[in-house]
Amino acid sequence: MTPNELNSPGYDIPDDMKNVVAITTLDKIYNFGRRSSVWPLMFGLACCAIEMIAAQASRYDLARFGMEVMRPSPRQSDLMLVAGTVTKKMLPAIVRLYNQMPEPKYVIAMGACASGGGPFKEGYNVVAGIDKYLPVDVYIPGCPPTPQALVYGLIKLQEKIDGQSLKQVRWYQKGADSVEVPIPMLGPDLIDPRRIPEIKTKAAELAAAATIPNAE
Amino acid sequence: MTTPAPITTQFDLAEKFPGTVSADARPGYAGWIVAPEKLTEVAIFIRDELGYDLLSSVTGVDYLAEGLMEIVYHVYKTSGGPALVFKAQLPRLDPVKVASLTPVWLGAELQEREIWDLYGIHFENHPDLRRILMWEGFDGHPMRKDWKEAFYDDEVKPFKSRWPEGKHAFAEDRSPFGDNVSFEAGFDPEKWTATDPEEALYATLKKYKTVVKDGIATDHILVNMGPQHPSTHGVFRAVVMLDGENVVSLKPVMGYLHRNHEKIGERNTFLQNMPYTDRLDYFNSMSNNWPYAMAVEKMMGIQVTERAEYIRVIMAELSRIQNHMILIGMLMNDLGAYFTPALYAFEERELILDIFEAASGSRMMCNYHRFGGVVRDVPAEALQKLKDLVFERLPGKIDEFDRLLSENEIFVSRLKGIGYLSPEDAIRTSMTGPMLRASGIPYDIRRADPYSVYDRFDFNVAVRYNGDLYDRYLIRIDEMRESIKILEQALRQMPEGPVMSVKPTYQVKVPAGEAYGRIESPKGELGFYVVSNGKPNPYRYHVRAPSFINLTSLEMTCVNEKIADFVAILGAVDIVLGELDR
Repeated sequence: MTPNELNSPGYDIPDDMKNVVAITTLDKIYNFGRRSSVWPLMFGLACCAIEMIAAQASRYDLARFGMEVMRPSPRQSDLMLVAGTVTKKMLPAIVRLYNQMPEPKYVIAMGACASGGGPFKEGYNVVAGIDKYLPVDVYIPGCPPTPQALVYGLIKLQEKIDGQSLKQVRWYQKGADSVEVPIPMLGPDLIDPRRIPEIKTKAAELAAAATIPNAE
Repeated sequence: MTTPAPITTQFDLAEKFPGTVSADARPGYAGWIVAPEKLTEVAIFIRDELGYDLLSSVTGVDYLAEGLMEIVYHVYKTSGGPALVFKAQLPRLDPVKVASLTPVWLGAELQEREIWDLYGIHFENHPDLRRILMWEGFDGHPMRKDWKEAFYDDEVKPFKSRWPEGKHAFAEDRSPFGDNVSFEAGFDPEKWTATDPEEALYATLKKYKTVVKDGIATDHILVNMGPQHPSTHGVFRAVVMLDGENVVSLKPVMGYLHRNHEKIGERNTFLQNMPYTDRLDYFNSMSNNWPYAMAVEKMMGIQVTERAEYIRVIMAELSRIQNHMILIGMLMNDLGAYFTPALYAFEERELILDIFEAASGSRMMCNYHRFGGVVRDVPAEALQKLKDLVFERLPGKIDEFDRLLSENEIFVSRLKGIGYLSPEDAIRTSMTGPMLRASGIPYDIRRADPYSVYDRFDFNVAVRYNGDLYDRYLIRIDEMRESIKILEQALRQMPEGPVMSVKPTYQVKVPAGEAYGRIESPKGELGFYVVSNGKPNPYRYHVRAPSFINLTSLEMTCVNEKIADFVAILGAVDIVLGELDR
């Protein structure tokens, strides 16, 4: 966002005060602050994390976007870059990290695996896309996405932040959406607590289907 | 078609152990079949009398049709030479049991745990037989041939649902639970009670105790580092028992990036596996392709063209250089010199990746090797860039690393004498690569069991004798210099010619048999054990990952060191999670 856009008051400022006073809307200044200092969680899952580090290094220089401050603690981060294959064993930890991040928070699914399972989708320990559990803001395709693609994805996220309004974003609503994502459990297979009734019905159906041929 | 050299030149085990050991007579197979009840006895003989001191790889294979489970052991001499392969065949009863070889070679520890996890073969007298890649409580042993994943489509690719008619449906719609999960019929999640999967893990650490020191009662504390921790290079986790700052005991926990390479690999056709190997050690996709291509080429009995061999060597050595640079940069990160050294390393890495991109079309996931050569020649422009890099730029940059870091007082005092690993322990725990050579064992597969055209180059096997962190750092610098030497010679000697010895096809015909291909990857011995039954898909596809097996010695090197040093010790092992968990 250029300073011109930021400083668009809709009021006449006297000439002698033009270089001293800037008037803008709360949304604009707030969004400008947020989008220019998105601190990602220092959190790499797999191959994509290497390209994420490469994007941080001198050639691609994420610092240009105010995103060079990677925080290892979820409490200090705004953005979760899910960079790599999400496995069932890792998923409870990822959901817990997401719950621990303070709002406003954003999620980027980087690469094919995080977006939908990618080449490993059919694997028995692989979660086919992080969007089955967390709300994703931007998907970046690629296996792995090049640093350019990542930077483009981050610019898309900035555009999204630019379009937000304090009145409408979910984290400032009354009775806010601080509902945590329930943490999946590692049982005989991965159990999503939100789908327990469904799993129960299906398993019962399967049991019924299995007993009928035996009865005949 | 045997593993490195014909087995006939070796000692005749069948004569020594009549009735216990017999030669593996299946067509395409080699090695010895040992009666399971005499396994330990034969193994001790192989180690002590024949001198095969390095247990490289332990693999499980499920021969469902024959009703057999087989365990394949590859052992080597650290003085060099081809492998000795022996196998134990177990009836596929419940439970499948065999004696653990950890008392003979400690390096079997993690590998046997993996086989227990994925195949459900019970190793008796194993010190710590728990699941390793999946979690405790997971239903089933997924690598068994009769175990099907939730998104199961067909035994082998190409899947009939997608080809030739192409009636593709989302796997989510096919699976009864609408997701990549499967539960047994009648499973009731409401009645299921969560048992703590970590209980068994914590029980293996030294029991919590209070000791009185200088009149003060001190508790041991348990610290979990990872899976989300800035120092664990990804999603590795270590559980550490601490006495103050000192490590009392430590257990590595892995599987957080277990993405089922082997199960998927057995559904893929031979060529389809090539891009998957890229994603194992994602720093070195160029050298990951190689042993897999080598194993399949062995079975197919095809040669690689001269020029392709040179290109392979060049690409592998380039990736070794960038790997070691990144390693040193990241090691400095771990020691607290946050990101500046890593930036130096990434600068060079980008230049090397440019060459990979020009040659293969992709920066990181190169997918460059094919059975019989490489997919395409290196463009002339990239070759010129490569020459500039190797002859002009990189040697100076390696010197720069050396000059900036090697004598740095803080760096040296953090590394010298820390994380000692004796040569005996290094061999016992199946260390390979820089870890082994920094402990004074000059074992480098490029020399010990030369493959490709490495016997034509003049280079030294880097070796250091102190076995501490500082030597593990120095050996990387040494190796980069040797790699430059190899690169210079290879670029001078490289002949013109085709880069593929056979006509490129999507579907290769691989005769039935087994093969083990291995190279000296930047992290150690990277091996692929591939079994074919003549069909378009590998029957068994196993990765012998150096990152994984090099962790066997982690506890040994960390005990009695400070917790801050654990971070550096782990950094110097050079793990990559994609390869560790596969």
